[in-house]
This record gives sequence, C-alpha cells and structure tokens, in this order.
Amino acid sequence: MQRSSWPWRIFKALCLTAISLFFLFPILWVLLMSFQTNADILRVPPSPFFTPTLANYKALIAGELTGAGSTLQIAYMKNILNSFVLSACSVLLSLLLGVPAAYAFARYRFRLGENIAFTLLSFRFAPPLLVLLPLLLYFQELGLYDTYIGLIWVYQLITLPLILWIVRGYFEDVSPDIEHAYRIDGHSWLRSFLKIAVPLARPGIAAAALLAFIFAWNNFVFALILGSSDVQPVTVGALAFITASGIQYGQIAAGLVLSVIPTFVLALVMQRYLVEGLSLGAVKG
Amino acid sequence: MADLTLDSVTKIYRPRGREPVRAVSGLDMAIADGEIVALLGSSGCGKTSTLRMVAGFETVSEGSISLGGRRLNALRPAQRNVAMAFEGYSLYPPLTVRDNVAFALLRERAPRAEVASKVAEVAELLEIEGSLDRYPATISSGHQQRASLARALIRPAALHLLDEPMSQLEPQVRAVLRARIKEWLKDRGMTAVLVTHDQTDAIALADRIAVMEASRLMQFGTPAELRERPANLFVAGFVGEPPMNLVEAEVVAGDGRPRVVAADGLLTLELPALNGPLAPRPGQRVWLGLSPRHLAVGRGPQRARVVANQWLGDQTHLALELGDGAAALPLIAVAAGMLEAEPGESVAFEVEPRGLHLFDHEDDTALYHGSPDGTTGEPA
Repeated sequence: MQRSSWPWRIFKALCLTAISLFFLFPILWVLLMSFQTNADILRVPPSPFFTPTLANYKALIAGELTGAGSTLQIAYMKNILNSFVLSACSVLLSLLLGVPAAYAFARYRFRLGENIAFTLLSFRFAPPLLVLLPLLLYFQELGLYDTYIGLIWVYQLITLPLILWIVRGYFEDVSPDIEHAYRIDGHSWLRSFLKIAVPLARPGIAAAALLAFIFAWNNFVFALILGSSDVQPVTVGALAFITASGIQYGQIAAGLVLSVIPTFVLALVMQRYLVEGLSLGAVKG
Repeated sequence: MADLTLDSVTKIYRPRGREPVRAVSGLDMAIADGEIVALLGSSGCGKTSTLRMVAGFETVSEGSISLGGRRLNALRPAQRNVAMAFEGYSLYPPLTVRDNVAFALLRERAPRAEVASKVAEVAELLEIEGSLDRYPATISSGHQQRASLARALIRPAALHLLDEPMSQLEPQVRAVLRARIKEWLKDRGMTAVLVTHDQTDAIALADRIAVMEASRLMQFGTPAELRERPANLFVAGFVGEPPMNLVEAEVVAGDGRPRVVAADGLLTLELPALNGPLAPRPGQRVWLGLSPRHLAVGRGPQRARVVANQWLGDQTHLALELGDGAAALPLIAVAAGMLEAEPGESVAFEVEPRGLHLFDHEDDTALYHGSPDGTTGEPA
C-alpha cells in the first residue's frame, strides 16, 4: 500500500477527531452530568470542575426522587426491568415467528407471498399513531391494556418485520443445495432447516435480533399510550423526572446511563456474531 | 444398486404471471442395474431438471420415475436411497472435508473404523488426502468439487447422481479421475446418472449417453452409436469434436445407383441402392452429413482447397472449401497424425462410405447411415 504523505495524515487525524468529538461529546456530557447535582449542572457559566456525587444513582436505585423539599416515589428500576422483559420477549417471539417465515419467503414461491412480505414490511414505515388509537380501544375492550402480553404483541410491529426481512436475505444467500445434500443423506425437511439453514444464517439472525432488540428498547409511543407505569419501559419512565419542581437533569442523565447499559452489554456480547455475519460473504464457497 | 426407469417424465414450471415453461417433455429412459448413463446437452436442455426430479428436489409434473421397481414420485429425497454430487459442491461449511465425506455413513451409525478406512479409500481415489482436515471454504474449488464427489461416491446408495461432476477440474486431473471414477463405479456395480455438457466426460465415463435438447430426448445410445448412427440432425451436429459437416442436398436418380448432389453440383456422391420405407427417393431434398473423420484427404476423386490447417498434436483439423466465392461449400476434415497441406493448396479427398449420412429435410430424422463397405445401404 502506498504510504500517504504527512499533511494528508494530519488532515485525516483532525477530521477523525472532529467527528469523534461531535458524536461522543454528548455521551460524555451526559455521563458527567449523571455525577453532578442539579445545582452544578445549572451553574452559569458551566464548569467542567465539580465534586462528583452518586446521589443521582442512589435516588434511582432507591426509587425516591428528592426534589425541592418533597420526596417523589419513582419506579425507574422497575422501568428498566419492564424494558428488558418487553424487548427480550418481543424479540424471542419474533424470532420464533419470523425465522421460519423468513425461510419460507426465501425458499418457496407461494400465493400472495410477496404481498404478505411487503405488508409486514409496511408496518415499519406506517406511522405508529395511525394504529394506536383504535388499538387502545381494542386493548381496553380485550383486557390487554396495561399488560405485558398486550405490549409484546404490539411490539411485533417493530421487531417482526425487521427480523423477517433481514433473515430472509441471509437464507437467500445460503445455497439450497446444501440443504438438499443434507436431505438426500436421509434427513427430514425439518432437520435440514434446524441443522443446516438456521446455523448457516445464524450471524444474520443474531444481527437482526440485536437490531430488533434495540428498536424495541427505544420504543416510546406504544408503551406511553397502551400501558401504565406498571408495564412502562425506561423511555416512558424517564418522563417522571420532569417534576412539578423542575426538570431533574442529574437523575435524567443517570437514568440514561443506566438504560444504555443493557443494550451496550448485549451489543458487546453479540459483536462476535455480527463480525461473523459481515465476513460470511467473503468465505462462503 | 438398482435399475432406474423414467416413463414419460415431464416437468413443467409454472412461474406465476408468465407462460409455463416445459423443462422436460415426455422423457422415456430405462437404465439397467450397474449402468452408467450420461445426460448430455447444452444449458437449459432439461438435463439438470431431470436429475433433480430423480433426486426428489423437483416434483414430477407428469409420468413416473421408478428405482428398482419402487415408484419414486411421492417419496421424499431422504427415502429414495439416492446419493448426489452437486454442481455447486454444497459441502457443509462448519464441517471439515473429512466430516463432510463421512457424514452420511456416520449418520447410518457405521462403525468408526470402517468409516475411517472408507474415507481414506475414497480420498485416495480423488486425491484429496491433503484437504481432509481443512474446511471447505479454505480449499480450492477443484478440491471442493472432488470432496463433493467423494461424499456421494462413498455412499452405498441404489443410485448415484452426479451433476457436472468434473466442471472445475484441471484437464490432466480430469483424465485420470474419469478413469478412476468409472472403475470405482463398475467395481461396486453402482448405477449412476451424470449430467454434463462435456462430451469427453460423457464418452469416457458413460456406457450410454442420452442427448437432450430443448426439453426432449434426442437419442439414447452408446457413444459409438451416437457417432456412427446419429438418430437425427441435432445429434449429428452436436456429437463429435468437430461435429459432422451438414449440407443441404438432393437425391437424384443415376445410371443404376442413386446419387446425392450438394451445393449446385459441387459435390456429388454415389449411394448404394436403397430399400425400405425411410429410404430417400430420387428428387427428395435431404441433409447430407459427412463425418470429418471419414473424409480421407490425399486420395480420391474429389478436389478441395485448403483454407486452414490446424495441427493438434495427435491429429490434423483441415478446413476445406469446394468452389469459390459465396457459393463455396466449407467442409472440415480430420486426419490422424500430421498432414502437410498449406492454405491455398488444392488437395484430393474422398468420402469414405461409412462417413456418409442422410437426414430428412422436413423432420430432421436420419434416413441413411453409410456402412463400412459401402455396398449396402443401412436405412436408419
């Protein structure tokens, strides 16, 4: 490879630094805020020097928000748990439904097949508000309002199309003859699906599951309307920090940091599969 | 190991919103136990569709397929007792080549030691010992293809299907492996059907060759039959390297013997007296087929101009021309050994009786094949 000249390298380094700062600074700022009191945060002019405090985290974990002279009960930890339950269950359900469906769409041509696949995709670009109000009425009628099951069901609008369309592409990349070879060796269709197709599409399934989890985790509007604080995730729970006595910036920042941790850890764990997924194209025979 | 019968097998693909496509039309074939048959044809002729119907990956639209007396149509691939080597190799990526090859045997719970010795045997046959402990993605396509072949050959199935089994192999390896694979199949009395578009592979490996074109079976016969007695114009123009010279001609009555006249009288050949319902009548328009190997250059009554002379190491391909200009009649002749003839030179040549064939001008079927002595006609 040709060695680039030093002015060019310096220019590149400067650009990279600028871009990194632009994207990472807000995250760093939130992290710093989470260790400050509201007074420190709102100080004018702002100062990077402060005495770090864990009060925000303590308040969140204890579930007691101390404002100007009053104490407010919040269930932020419960919200995080809710987020986890909702996202994980939604993704699992979508995997159970979506992976076989993706396989069917990839391998077989059937009546209305493309139309069904496209309809499922259209859930992604239809605005959620379009369906929310009628859904609210149905849900109240059916007793699904404010339940995990109801929300997991609605979350399928987010996770199922993602998983279906991403995994379908991976199945299409796997040569059907590999499954044929397995079947002619004396195995049933089901075994060839479970033992050949799914493992070969595993990186794609992992990537799709991670993406779907993140999308589900970040969802706001479904849970806002279709659930109460018992089932609401962090995205909605964070609203509690806008209190009558002002916005609790410190606690919001601490809440954000806490809410990022599960997805961050998940992404780190799944990284191996993601890399595998990216390199699959280069090595497949 | 069993006999395979195809009875009026037809495959029609019905893509939605488009015209149905006939991939295979009314295919009748009877393949004996222990026979090796090649399906030969150009791309899209229906040979791979036929193979996939036998394997069970495509449904049979009409007709029936039976193996050893058992009707296969409704059976799943797993129930057919068929082994197959795929054109795209289709090795299992997470398994080493050794595990790939041993896979089916291990599944049938064969003893480990026996599997190991069989794998070693087939690996030696196909010269893939060095690749056994590597993963498919890390070996060359030629070795992947051999591994895929090994995976099929190791199985003691009733029928072996080989889809373009040697397309990725280097010429030298090909020649060696053809002989070894044939020996392997014959030693074990295995019935095999291979699909290829390479005539040399087909001729070297197969006992009989089925030539297919545009979804139909054109001829099913031994390599010698295809060459000496092509059933129709397509087979005559497809089989052989180079294929037969084909010229429009007319049969005319002569003094005693009928003659065939081509290219406005540039070429006139005598025919033996012909009988039989198919025998060409005087005045009938025909296709005249002249086998390049039976155009004897250097002797005979005819004269032609040499256009090009190609020495291929063991034989000479001569491009000849009778007459001049736009009406000239081009012919290809093949001579064994080296033949000295410069382009532009005029040479004598003769059509040996066995190299002369006539085909119907209307429906392309064979009317006449020359016999070695030329005294009797051999109506097709």
